[in-house]
Amino acid sequence: MSDNLDKLTVKQYQKISDSNSGKSNIVKNCIMAFIFGGLICTIAQGYSDLLASKPVVRVIGILDEKSIGALTVLFMVFLGSLLTALNVYDCIGTVAGAGSIVPITGFANSVVSPAMEYRSEGLILGVGAQMFQVAGPVLVYGTASSVLVGLIYYLVKI
Amino acid sequence: MDYFVQYLCAFVVGGLICVIAQVLIDKTKMTSARILVLFVVCGVFLTAVGLYDYLVEFADYGARIPLTGFGYSLCKGVFNSIDEYGFRGIFTGGLPDVATGVVMAVVFGLIASIVSKPKSKK
Amino acid sequence: MAVKFGKQSYKLSGRIYINETACIVGPREKEGPLGEYFDQVEREDYGEDTWEKGEAHYIEATFNKLMGKISLDTKQIDCVFSGDLLNQCMASAIGLKNSNVPFLGLYGACSTMAESMLCASLCMDSNAMTDTIAITSSNFCSAEKQYRFPLELGGQRTPTSQWTVTASGAVYLSCNKSGAVEELKPYIESVTIGKIENYKINDVNNMGAVMAPACASTILSHLRDLSRTPDYYDLILTGDLGYTGSKILLEIMSMHGNDISTRHNDCGKMIFDSASQDTKSGGSGCGCAAAVFTSYIYKLLKNLNLRRVLFVATGALISPVMVKQGEDLLAISHGISIEI
Repeated sequence: MSDNLDKLTVKQYQKISDSNSGKSNIVKNCIMAFIFGGLICTIAQGYSDLLASKPVVRVIGILDEKSIGALTVLFMVFLGSLLTALNVYDCIGTVAGAGSIVPITGFANSVVSPAMEYRSEGLILGVGAQMFQVAGPVLVYGTASSVLVGLIYYLVKI
Repeated sequence: MDYFVQYLCAFVVGGLICVIAQVLIDKTKMTSARILVLFVVCGVFLTAVGLYDYLVEFADYGARIPLTGFGYSLCKGVFNSIDEYGFRGIFTGGLPDVATGVVMAVVFGLIASIVSKPKSKK
Repeated sequence: MAVKFGKQSYKLSGRIYINETACIVGPREKEGPLGEYFDQVEREDYGEDTWEKGEAHYIEATFNKLMGKISLDTKQIDCVFSGDLLNQCMASAIGLKNSNVPFLGLYGACSTMAESMLCASLCMDSNAMTDTIAITSSNFCSAEKQYRFPLELGGQRTPTSQWTVTASGAVYLSCNKSGAVEELKPYIESVTIGKIENYKINDVNNMGAVMAPACASTILSHLRDLSRTPDYYDLILTGDLGYTGSKILLEIMSMHGNDISTRHNDCGKMIFDSASQDTKSGGSGCGCAAAVFTSYIYKLLKNLNLRRVLFVATGALISPVMVKQGEDLLAISHGISIEI
């Protein structure tokens, strides 16, 4: 702080800044997040039912529950990656907000988008090193917390 | 009718989980990276205390597809693996169950980086 | 020779002429309200395979455009003062590597256009140099990559966030007035070097609020140092505070007894039509102030629609590392008084 603004304290300024800064329209954002988030989950539900449906079973045989789950996740990751590669997912994100970030398609988007962005810095140090720039923390803390609860579960069991 | 209820549950639960994240983003100025980490960790712990199973039973993919479901798979994998293999299951159980998503994301990321280019926003 | 007034201001001898300007902008800027005033429009990557090379191409092309307009040999340019938003002023260095002109790279974030013109005019007023060029650039895509997220990552912008302008603007400053004898040329009358201000706003999506105090600080110091009131100027043109920052600036100024609301405008507000272009609080980046000043404002000055302009470009002195390490977001602002 300099002596030029002698009548303005940091505390006062926080208030001035707050009252002049526009706020996000939470109601609208939440409605959009609800619709898009819900829709993405419903698509996954539909795909899994499709895998178990008669015409499909006739072609590829009966799949166990785990395989259906894995293939559905695979399909959703493919969908998220495809829309990212087609330069569409970020446009959906502008409208959907958390509705497109939280589902697994958003995870795919957070892996594929840095991969595309850093292609300009080479395949190894660009794509390879930066691919998990955004999604890395999710894997690190997801894995770490699963080990933690696993340890507790193991100790409680014996 | 059964299908309709199942789809409605998936839609509502999936949508609501996203709404929680949206409120956190708008209200707390947390970056989305922090929120995603929070959601995965919450998924792991909610599964560990047995609560998330109810949600998966009720909403199926409405609870599996959001990132909390990623935590659910991690935790389930670890617990099943401990039941089967004992101590080593703590470390070998988590990732196999989420491997499909991660491996496919890596593969598609590589392909996309070669065949597609980022574009400026419209 | 420059004479120091007060603590931060220098009055120049009135012969540092802004003889010519050039600017190249991206498609979004061309579609904005000032579209007709820009020299040239180019794709955001300027046909290059990376955003960084694209931005460097903007600088190179703008420099060449300006050299073409003034029909001088590069040997006659004493120095080029250049800056951009990328790491280690990468775009400036790459863009001017073939220029064969002495080069000084500057970093003042979005305030760089004022900083480069200020440094150039002080060097010239000391009689060390006679002909210089000040040039800056910014690029939406390279700035997103540098400061935020990959372009294709989905997410929302908050209402206070600003849109980095894709543009490069350059001015040719000379101690000798070019053109016909009777033709008037704008000249740099005085300059004010800003101080770093820290009002502990920790929202990286609200740069307007981070920069507004620095802007007010520089304007107040300028007016006090040179014993002027705001009505001395026809226009007080702030860098890129956007809608949010502009509102805050007016409030701080009236708190300190200076009402500038009738003569204030902001480059970030002018360059885009926020409602139809969805640019939220407005434009930002060193290219923003550069593009608006070198096109629209320079034209108004030359046509004598404006006679006295206080150009105060503002910048947030932040880096991604600073933000991650929890440092306060700092801001700076430099002022240049231009008269004709």
